[in-house]
Amino acid sequence: MFGIAAIDLARVQFAFTISFHIIFPAITIGLASYLAVLEGLWLKTQRDTYRHLYHFWSKIFAVNFAMGVVSGIVMAYQFGTHWSGFSAFAGSVTGPLLTYEVLTAFFLEAGFLGVMLFGWERVGRGLHFFATCMVALGTLVSMFWILSSNSWMQTPQGHDIVNGVVIPVDWMKIVFNPSFPYRLAHMALAAFLSTALFVAASAAWLLLRGRPSPEVRTMLSMALLMLAITAPLQAVVGDLHGLNTLEHQPAKIAAIEGHWDNSSGEPTPLILFGWPDMAGEETRFKLEIPVLGSLLLQHSLTEQIPALKEFAPEDRPNSTIVFWSFRLMVGLGVLMIVLAIVGNTLRVKRRLFESRRFLLFTLCMGPAGLVALLAGWFTTEVGRQPWVVYGLLRTADAASAHSALHLSISLTAFVVVYLAVFGTGVIYMMHLVNKGPGDPSAPALGGPGHHRTPARPLSAANETLTAH
Amino acid sequence: MGIDLSLTWAVIILFGLMMYVVMDGFDLGIGLLFLRVHDEQERDIMMNTVAPVWDGNETWLVLGGAGLFAAFPLAYAVVLEALAIPLIVMLLGLIFRGVAFEFRFKASPERRHVWDKAFIGGSLMATAAQGVALGGYIQGIAFDGVRFSGGSLDWLTPFSLLCGVGLLFAYALLGSTWLIMKTEGALQQRMYRITKPLMLGLLVMIALVSVWTPLAYPNIAARWFSLPNLLWFLPVPLLVMLVGWWLWRAIAFQDTALPFVLVLALVFLGYSGLGISLWPTIIPPDASIWQVAAPAQSQGFALVGTLFILPIILMYTAWSYYVFRGKVNPGDAYH
Repeated sequence: MFGIAAIDLARVQFAFTISFHIIFPAITIGLASYLAVLEGLWLKTQRDTYRHLYHFWSKIFAVNFAMGVVSGIVMAYQFGTHWSGFSAFAGSVTGPLLTYEVLTAFFLEAGFLGVMLFGWERVGRGLHFFATCMVALGTLVSMFWILSSNSWMQTPQGHDIVNGVVIPVDWMKIVFNPSFPYRLAHMALAAFLSTALFVAASAAWLLLRGRPSPEVRTMLSMALLMLAITAPLQAVVGDLHGLNTLEHQPAKIAAIEGHWDNSSGEPTPLILFGWPDMAGEETRFKLEIPVLGSLLLQHSLTEQIPALKEFAPEDRPNSTIVFWSFRLMVGLGVLMIVLAIVGNTLRVKRRLFESRRFLLFTLCMGPAGLVALLAGWFTTEVGRQPWVVYGLLRTADAASAHSALHLSISLTAFVVVYLAVFGTGVIYMMHLVNKGPGDPSAPALGGPGHHRTPARPLSAANETLTAH
Repeated sequence: MGIDLSLTWAVIILFGLMMYVVMDGFDLGIGLLFLRVHDEQERDIMMNTVAPVWDGNETWLVLGGAGLFAAFPLAYAVVLEALAIPLIVMLLGLIFRGVAFEFRFKASPERRHVWDKAFIGGSLMATAAQGVALGGYIQGIAFDGVRFSGGSLDWLTPFSLLCGVGLLFAYALLGSTWLIMKTEGALQQRMYRITKPLMLGLLVMIALVSVWTPLAYPNIAARWFSLPNLLWFLPVPLLVMLVGWWLWRAIAFQDTALPFVLVLALVFLGYSGLGISLWPTIIPPDASIWQVAAPAQSQGFALVGTLFILPIILMYTAWSYYVFRGKVNPGDAYH
């Protein structure tokens, strides 16, 4: 396909499928916790607003959860079908960790999701709240396991290599590997941030359409409060993550910063914009600030950061990609902090709901959380190249031996099916958002234990598809 | 630990696979039966018989894959690479079918036929692909001890295509007998009528596969036809014939629940026959479960959580089916 090599087609296919699979679970994680908060607030204050918001977001949560599950099934098989080298080499570690992620996710589906989505009228308040909290906890635990597995791929430890294959030695060391705490915190905050932006933008949309109900105002206020806490915190965690990456994956930092050469001995500037040229071994059209690179990354006025030329050409990540994906992520992060500051200032001054320009800004920032999340993932994974398990197995050696033709066909098939399926799902979710909260229709009835009623996530939302 | 971890995991994975086939078999079968039932109201009823319970079966599919990855990573790598094409077709079919299933209920009447076609197409793709993958697996997989050493299309043979057709009959039969249990009136009668040819078709398929396999694969022939093995295994084909005859009678006498139970028995017998042919290899024809097992630390670590959660999933599944027992009537609204 377009003369692209088989290995790159396999990588594109993996990137494509996993990008879809990170978007939906991220919102699942954020919304599950948000729903627990809403239900807790309702139980405590008895204010109907919280109950209405709970039912509104619960429907959207249900559709989103289903999308997450569907996209996840493909991932469970793709490691084997397309990355058999990786599976054979590292499966003794990544296999069990993936199994725990799957078991946790299905445990909560089997156990508590049914009650949470369909049991409102049927079980006591305490039990229902417990179910909601357990679902929220389940999403976080599932995230724990998959981030542990992915972090082990970045900073492997606790293992031995015997007969050319990884053998686990110390599971505590494997699970709690050096980059894990930072990446877990960073991803958790990213999930909460993405969700808060989604909630805020939904509220902004409804306000701009002239529907300022108490529920919409409340959800905007709550989202802005969440942003005020998480956006700056994410900047701090991101910095700490960067320092950890500097220690364990110096080539990745060099590529992110587009920094090629340390031979001059001078402190490293911070390159704001430019175009890293991998073949030419330089970053062109640079706009840089002297010394700031050393200051930010080494917290020093003199110490240099790693340079790409210090690594063999085959060991350098693609700086053109990660330089820009990193800046996209950080740029959006800065905008999120701006949004939080402006929004909360307006809120304190009681001018929040009438400020049209701010609401438009919030609306535009709706997808920013997910875009930043994807940009961050591209940075960390493309930055890990040429390794799939850092320092141990190269990506080029990890793929299954499928031809470029085979991969072109499967990639095309995935793109078509995913766009059709998830496109419809997203449109449907937007349609649900547009209906707004405070809808007098009753919460979905159903679930096991109730005669003749639905029990699966997608049936928690009863609205019809408009365009269809 | 005194227990054989590889054996334990093999049992868990085989159990999970069996659960998947049984649970997804009849709802994929319903998708296939849409080819013979065109009335919208009847289609609604057919869907409503599985609407409350169908998505639990995805659990078993993912558990099977993840369990294989954890306990036998080399087998996971080799088998999935060898069968990549049918497995990807299966996954795409399942995605399409699953979402079509849900969105059909939310679509306007004019647009419903689009989702109907997606539902049928997805069910066909998934079923045929599973059967072909199974055939490709039985045939044996080129394994040099380190990785898959064959080609992308090794699985594509007349034998595997035959298995694909066989599975279509099996799932359609599971679907029709499930509907006999869950529906009444004209629809139920249609299902009785459809079941007969489907049953004959399946028995022919079983006979063909049962004859072809030992003829084409001498190691399997040796397993079955040597003494004393032959005496131990003879009950299997005998039971298939017995169950087949009993099923014919159950349909003739218009039993309600018995046909489905008997088809389940047939599926189980087919599964056992396969197990007899292949045990204990996990990468046919030569690599056993012990040869390609993950280290004990991996199998043990993953086993702990699995043994804890599996019973919970089983209990919840049984509970769901119990709640939704009974007939589905026209006009039953699940949504």
